[in-house]
Amino acid sequence: MKFRNRRITALAAVSLVASLALTACGGSDSDGGSDGGSGGSASGDISVTFLPKNLGNPYFDISDAAGKKAVESYGGTYEQVGPDTGSADGQVPFINTAAQQGVSALVVSANDPEALCDALKEASDAGVKVVTFDSDTNPDCRDLYVQAATSEGIAKKQVDLIAEQIGDSGEVAILSAAANATNQNAWIDLMKKDIADNHPNIKLVDTVYGDDDDQTSFDKTAALLSAHPNLKGIISPTTVGIAAAARYLSTSDAKGKVALTGLGTPNQMREFVKDGTVTAFALWNPGDLGTLSAFAAKALVDGTIKGDEGDKFDAGDLGSFTVGKDSVVLLGDPFTYDKSNIDDFDF
Amino acid sequence: MSDTLLVEPSAVSPTKRIVGELLRSREIAVGTVLVLVIAFTTIKSPSFLFSDNGWRDLLLTPSLLLLLAVGQTAVIITRNVDLSVGSTLGLTAYFTGKLFVDHPGLPIIAVFVAGLLMGALLGLVNGVLVAFFRVPSLVITLGTLYIYRGIFLSWAGSSRINPSDLPHGFLDLGTKQILTIPVLTIIGLVALGLTGYYLYTARGGRELYAIGSDPDAAVLYGLPVTRRVIGAFVLCGALAGLAGVVYTARYGTVSSNAGYGMELQAVGAAVIGGVAIFGGSGTVWGAAIGAFLLVTINRALPVVGISDFWQRAVVGALIIAAVVLDRVLSARQERRLIAARDETREPSA
Repeated sequence: MKFRNRRITALAAVSLVASLALTACGGSDSDGGSDGGSGGSASGDISVTFLPKNLGNPYFDISDAAGKKAVESYGGTYEQVGPDTGSADGQVPFINTAAQQGVSALVVSANDPEALCDALKEASDAGVKVVTFDSDTNPDCRDLYVQAATSEGIAKKQVDLIAEQIGDSGEVAILSAAANATNQNAWIDLMKKDIADNHPNIKLVDTVYGDDDDQTSFDKTAALLSAHPNLKGIISPTTVGIAAAARYLSTSDAKGKVALTGLGTPNQMREFVKDGTVTAFALWNPGDLGTLSAFAAKALVDGTIKGDEGDKFDAGDLGSFTVGKDSVVLLGDPFTYDKSNIDDFDF
Repeated sequence: MSDTLLVEPSAVSPTKRIVGELLRSREIAVGTVLVLVIAFTTIKSPSFLFSDNGWRDLLLTPSLLLLLAVGQTAVIITRNVDLSVGSTLGLTAYFTGKLFVDHPGLPIIAVFVAGLLMGALLGLVNGVLVAFFRVPSLVITLGTLYIYRGIFLSWAGSSRINPSDLPHGFLDLGTKQILTIPVLTIIGLVALGLTGYYLYTARGGRELYAIGSDPDAAVLYGLPVTRRVIGAFVLCGALAGLAGVVYTARYGTVSSNAGYGMELQAVGAAVIGGVAIFGGSGTVWGAAIGAFLLVTINRALPVVGISDFWQRAVVGALIIAAVVLDRVLSARQERRLIAARDETREPSA
């Protein structure tokens, strides 16, 4: 994790990312210049389209904003498109459009591992480099996957947090996003396994799906509490879900009795950490994720890497990254936010 | 012959007739299902009804859909439909949040009025397009559904309203109770009462039913069809706008997908509550009970342990069952009326 533990304002955060990206520009551009001749396009006219799961999602706002800085830092053209709800069929038209426009690279967070494949392959055939970030498709549908943290690391972190908060025993439930969200389901399976293997006194009683919608997640939290009167904790591995659940808990008599953790952004969770509804939650830095994805896209476009295991590329201030098995690039481990450090972050 | 009625006055005693009507009444039927759902769920998990939160959420959660369903009913009765209410709700919810961000210290009541007016304006656009251009409302409001959502998306972009943007007095309204009844539910019930009273007693309200029963006849008879239809859309939009303000108070967070898909729930609630989709019959009381049933079933299914995946299917089955029931009942009614007509004709033939 590349967090700088100092107090920064929103403006400072932006300029920080900008400076990250700008310094990256110097190093990376010279690399691109020397190696980039083999690529179809010079690094000067790299066009990168970011396709998040949905627009209006603060998590992707941060990653895409950082991606934009990074792309502009190496002189590329940045564009962000996306559906207004997180559904796979909503993403397909945007992929088709990007392929028709002949963009150099498409950076996409997949709402479904299978459903996007045909469209992505078509784009790939048209010469578009496909980078998935945050949420993957099947490995044969993309060139590279930029992973925020390993699924094992994320699952373990959340289970550890909830175990600590409920004294390692009692009933817990999961509030997820869409029932077919790739990363959510991978984490849930791993959490189940981790609980079964390492926390025999914790019982996972239910998994509900809030569809990354404030209202649905809010109502599902209410339903969880009434369905399971002995519930001790809720894990919500989605930023929309955890914020909605926190808001419900903070207005209910379960506040302080039912622990809540998961993946959330500091700005959304600040109020609930301060009023005691939430003790601690986790997340990587989505900005770093966007920056890394942008540089990965560039490295693919200018031919620095092909996406094979062992390929190395430079991601500016984030340092150098190596492509792992199945063309996966790993950012790092998730970070814990709590009362002591939440004021150091503004995103 | 002129003094022969098409249907003779009922020979059964008034008591029997009232009981019979009640038994056949759609509102009672849906209400019974609602009570059964609550009772069954409460047996399974007493906190569903008896805990403070359970009682509050039981009344509070349907308040949004209640407002939408009441407005939708007024439109459906005129043989129209308003599919844009979900977008109207979202747009107004964001507008509400923005008002608080840009004008801190604005009185809460002013924000409610602003939301109501904003919704009414959006409804007016629908109404004018439908009534003046004589285009099916399904198409017009499908269009405005996307237009309003588009305006919302380009206005909000990826920013959102967070609870920290809103004054505490407003957020507290989301959970505040008067005599254990949540304030937001009271708002919904007042809107229901006023609309119901208007539709049941006022001339304008009865004319909405007449228009929906037979639009051509309504025109020939000289009813102000255009004005009434516009009025129904304005009412529907205003209530959706009010629902937007309620949404912000309840959920505290407004992102650009707020209210997505709510329009279909509103239509579903009205249909379940016995409002005929082709207009002319049904009451807001039924639609209100339908809204409570739809929301409560959704909340009850997880409590009784039905998996998330089946919940939507159950709701779908409920809607289809309601429509089939409607069809069966109206077919029976039709046969009876034909039989009654034939009987009265025979002696004179």
